[in-house]
Amino acid sequence: MSSNAMASQFVEVETWTWLETLHGWLTTVDHKRLGTLYVVYGLFFLVIAGVEATIIRIQLMYPHNHFVSPQVFNRMFTMHGTTMIFFVAIPILFGFANYLVPLMIGARDMAFPRLNAFSFWLTALGGFLLYFSFLGGSGLYGAGNAPDIGWWAYAPLTSRAFSPGHSSDYWTIALLVAGFGSIATAINLIATIVCMRCPGMKLSRMPLLAWLNLIMAGMAILAISPLTAAQIMLLIDRYLGGHFFDTQAGGSATLWMHFFWIFGHPEVYVLVIPAFAFASEIIPVFSRKPIFGYPVMVGATVCIGFVSLSVWAHHMFTIGMNSYANSFFAITTMVVGVPTGIKIFNWLGTMWGGRIQFKAPMLFCTAFLFQFLIAGLTGIMLGSAPFNWQLSGSYFVVAHFHYVIVGGILFALFGAFYYWYPKVTGRMLSERLGKWHFWLFVIGFHVTFDVMHFPGLLGMPRRIYTYEPGRGWDTMNLIVTYGAFIQGISILIFVYNLIISYWKGAEAGNDPWDAWTLEWSTTSPPPAYNFASIPVVASRRPLWDLKHPEDPDSRYD
Amino acid sequence: MRRVDNSISLHAIQIIVLLILSVSAALAAETAAPSTGLENIFAPESTPAKSIFDLSIFVLSITGIIFVVVFTLLVYSLAKFHATPANADKEPAQVYGSTQIELAWTIIPILIVVVLFLATARVIHTVQDAPEPPSAVEVTAIGHQFWWEFRYPKLGIVTANELHIPVSDPAHPTPTFLKLLSADTDHSFWVPQLAGKTDLIPNHPNSMWMDPHRVGVFLGQCAQYCGTQHAKMLLRVSVDTPQDFDAWVRSQQQPVIQDQQAIAGKHIFETTACINCHAIGGTVANGRFGPDLTHLMSRSTIASGAAENTTDNLRLWIKTPDAIKPGSLMPAMQLSDADLDSLVRYMETLR
Repeated sequence: MSSNAMASQFVEVETWTWLETLHGWLTTVDHKRLGTLYVVYGLFFLVIAGVEATIIRIQLMYPHNHFVSPQVFNRMFTMHGTTMIFFVAIPILFGFANYLVPLMIGARDMAFPRLNAFSFWLTALGGFLLYFSFLGGSGLYGAGNAPDIGWWAYAPLTSRAFSPGHSSDYWTIALLVAGFGSIATAINLIATIVCMRCPGMKLSRMPLLAWLNLIMAGMAILAISPLTAAQIMLLIDRYLGGHFFDTQAGGSATLWMHFFWIFGHPEVYVLVIPAFAFASEIIPVFSRKPIFGYPVMVGATVCIGFVSLSVWAHHMFTIGMNSYANSFFAITTMVVGVPTGIKIFNWLGTMWGGRIQFKAPMLFCTAFLFQFLIAGLTGIMLGSAPFNWQLSGSYFVVAHFHYVIVGGILFALFGAFYYWYPKVTGRMLSERLGKWHFWLFVIGFHVTFDVMHFPGLLGMPRRIYTYEPGRGWDTMNLIVTYGAFIQGISILIFVYNLIISYWKGAEAGNDPWDAWTLEWSTTSPPPAYNFASIPVVASRRPLWDLKHPEDPDSRYD
Repeated sequence: MRRVDNSISLHAIQIIVLLILSVSAALAAETAAPSTGLENIFAPESTPAKSIFDLSIFVLSITGIIFVVVFTLLVYSLAKFHATPANADKEPAQVYGSTQIELAWTIIPILIVVVLFLATARVIHTVQDAPEPPSAVEVTAIGHQFWWEFRYPKLGIVTANELHIPVSDPAHPTPTFLKLLSADTDHSFWVPQLAGKTDLIPNHPNSMWMDPHRVGVFLGQCAQYCGTQHAKMLLRVSVDTPQDFDAWVRSQQQPVIQDQQAIAGKHIFETTACINCHAIGGTVANGRFGPDLTHLMSRSTIASGAAENTTDNLRLWIKTPDAIKPGSLMPAMQLSDADLDSLVRYMETLR
């Protein structure tokens, strides 16, 4: 199962002209290059959407602030939400899946390399279209540019009566195009994981990262398809005289809500399951123990996959569903907490009795555990429908889902950056800068999002560009904004670390973390087509077997 | 699982636990402190809000216990099982799982979920399926971009932005039942101390109820993004004593008194675009796009709570609405200063 010394191929790359290099990147079908493109693309939009968040926070620092107009503010939160979900989270997580899955299952590429390239460029086009709305959105005099409909784009705000010009069209088409890209990537991941595993890698020996991405890909197909359908229906409404969501002609506003959330809730899990996958790879390596209860981890994730498809209307407890529907969605929402809780316990079981090393990847995963715990518990509160009647639509919900997405997903993702950057670039990220990044981000995160729960309890709704003084919201909003600045500084340190370490970082070698999965058996960066000879595995931890011939996992397999 | 007996880092655990306790105490103080006089969901003043409050305390206690248990286990394992120079080159025992333990932490959460669900379902039923007593006050609330229309069909009253309802004595309850409609986009009616929020959705009538236990003014606002001025779609509920409420009803039912001093302003109102959107009882003005102005001066605010109802604000609102509420659908009327003065004088006669 050895494979190495193929790095010499890359000497050729050095001699390419910049035009050839550019051509190489634009036409590549290599899963590692496409993965890198996804991640770089997502990081670019992370910075843009971060700037939008900063604008939102500056406007809300003081009551009756005049930093931006209401129109601009509404565009900022619409673009911030849309960008972060569709053009930051999905591309970065798909990029990691693209890069890592073939390496971890001992394959030389994805099942459909050209479809893979097509998916990336569709996603890239989607992001471009969304931002082109700033130039092309107005269409009519005074119609405004970028969309200002919120990232849920609730009907009938999107109808032509309330959204003249083309801003909503750019939003619709951007998501439609990117959605096709995501569905194609999901199909590609499933085909790769099902068909391309190396000899000996039974499903029961597959790294959890591959398992979880398989489940994520299945959910992505089921979740993104209804969104795509809804976008087409919206276009029919706007341009072909349809009345699906046109309430003035008898259409249904709640139909859009159902379509959107039957996408929107599974989407949360499409994003968080890859984060679980990172934690499930990093925590064992830095605890020096195998994952606790591997079959239960897989089963719990499958369970999350199924149950989370039936919880969507907990985003709609306030729309006036009857008491039976509300009860149904309350119980499904609480039930999804059970497998999620099992996962937290299993990570705890992995650390228990281990020898935990607090390197940067593990630090981020540790914070992920605590924060995801809190996010899950506020989720239980929101799942209790009557409590939700008070909390939904308020800053409590905003704090809750940022706890999930930033405190959970982004922290695990940062852990993944520190963990796999050496594999991708051949250089270590600076551990010193990593610690600065970590601690500043932890402080900034908690200052922002812990405090943000409280104005919600005091009646502050989300998506308001300003508020009246004297309602107990002023100081809290000021603190929240300071926290956002701290997070911003921390992100800049991270980006600086990514750039500087590419040239100045310590040499990584093949296996800097003494890890156990196949990607660490090849060079850093891996050669084209990954493995000179296809590896053969006999257990879940092939490199453990190699390093501990006296006590290999394969003995118990 | 393997036990490690080294009593390491006990101090660290103590420090961390103390830290957690002080932080949670600070946060609790933060919520408790503003509960006086602010629109806190934990200071309910009506039955639905109180039912939700009781449930929320129950849910918070259970989630709080889960938090403390899991948090303690996590902190303990981090403190206890971290790498030290002593164990640097020895791999720990490789444990793959334990069926009993995993079964335990599956079954216990399921039991917790069952309990939480039963408590939740009970409150859903009591709040949502409460029957409407004959003594109930009926109000139809209609959401508009960006203001509230309130119609009392049984009493023949139409007003805007400031809802008047009677206080409800538990012995002789007079709850208010609201029918919720929308004229344009989605809105949501939220007055935290009186009830949870319910959306106003076009083509999708909803209902909610509240029975305030205390006299006073309760603030709320639109809680579903409805367009440019979602932020200034504010809401005031004035809970009156039965006597005050009856007096208010009588005054609202009276036709508007024609004041001959303000006849010039009335003429301007009736000959400009004002009447396209606004209604004033007993005049030719019968527009429904904007708030009914028949008893404008009985309201303490204008522009859906965005400004106090004063002479200067009225004048500014008619002259340049964007100065108070940019993006509102009230157009700037382009009147001369003299006409503006007459118009404002007329408005101030609408008592």
